[in-house]
Amino acid sequence: MNGARIGVVTFPGTLDDVDAARAVSAAGGQPVSLWHAQADLHGVDAVILPGGFSYGDYLRAGAIARFAPVMQEVISAAQQGMPVLGICNGFQVLCEAHLLPGALTRNAGQRFCCRDQGLRIENTSTAWTQAYHLGQQIVIPVKNGEGRYTADAATLAQLEGQGQIVARYIAEGTDHTQGEALGGNPNGSAGDIAGICNPTGTIVGLMPHPEHAIDPLTGPGADGLGFFTSVLHSLVTTR
Amino acid sequence: MPEVVVDVMPKPEVLDAQGQAVADALARLGVSGISTVQQGKRFALQVSGELDAQQRQRIEHAAATLLCNPVIEQYQVHFPSAGDPQ
Repeated sequence: MNGARIGVVTFPGTLDDVDAARAVSAAGGQPVSLWHAQADLHGVDAVILPGGFSYGDYLRAGAIARFAPVMQEVISAAQQGMPVLGICNGFQVLCEAHLLPGALTRNAGQRFCCRDQGLRIENTSTAWTQAYHLGQQIVIPVKNGEGRYTADAATLAQLEGQGQIVARYIAEGTDHTQGEALGGNPNGSAGDIAGICNPTGTIVGLMPHPEHAIDPLTGPGADGLGFFTSVLHSLVTTR
Repeated sequence: MPEVVVDVMPKPEVLDAQGQAVADALARLGVSGISTVQQGKRFALQVSGELDAQQRQRIEHAAATLLCNPVIEQYQVHFPSAGDPQ
């Protein structure tokens, strides 16, 4: 949908809002800046919670952001079906807000991990992954210190059973600067989970960063652009 | 001024990577006989008004929603007992 308005939230400590807005533009949408302290979505059609360290990751990653004024509007709109994509810290915020189940905890290797990462798309019916084909392998950057997805056994079984796993880490592809083979699960995430969605597929949380892979000039390729073209397409088809 | 203490600890079944790192460092320090370490958080809340039943309920609510993420952590609220110095 050309010109669909996609909100990009900026919290204090957000890093990737500019790249997320740029990705929206590259996909043909109109990015709209949303400020954490304003309880106003300015009539946007969808919202992206970008990566970074909102509120310095104080308390727990995403725990303070979840109570920001703008989040009360995001939570209520998301519950009514508005598409929301949480990337990295945004994924942590979505879990803290209980819009997605489970939690993101400190990487099993106890180190911040920043590298190109292979993923396999496991669900192409969500609002954010329709542009991919099932089983498609993509390479986008991953960069986190607390990206290890965890949930109790019943929740993990439900996610597997209902197709709520959107993407998994795979040891495929090569690093775009070194040309070296890429590693698999970077953080010990349960079931190699890189991203999940709610039962209706409108809310997606993803640890790796598609917004950093929309142009071969500045990233491993353009494999990430599909997340942003997907939501524009889904906004057309749901209207 | 009454002080309420909230202890938040990782659930035993959740991998505590920080606690593990501390345990590994203990071994390097030469401290033996420690099987596991769990690292948690302690919040000390100074209550400015009266610590009545309603305020206790609010603090319990805060512990369960903000101070602790019940998916990965558990908490304990310690209210001052009657004999404690204020």
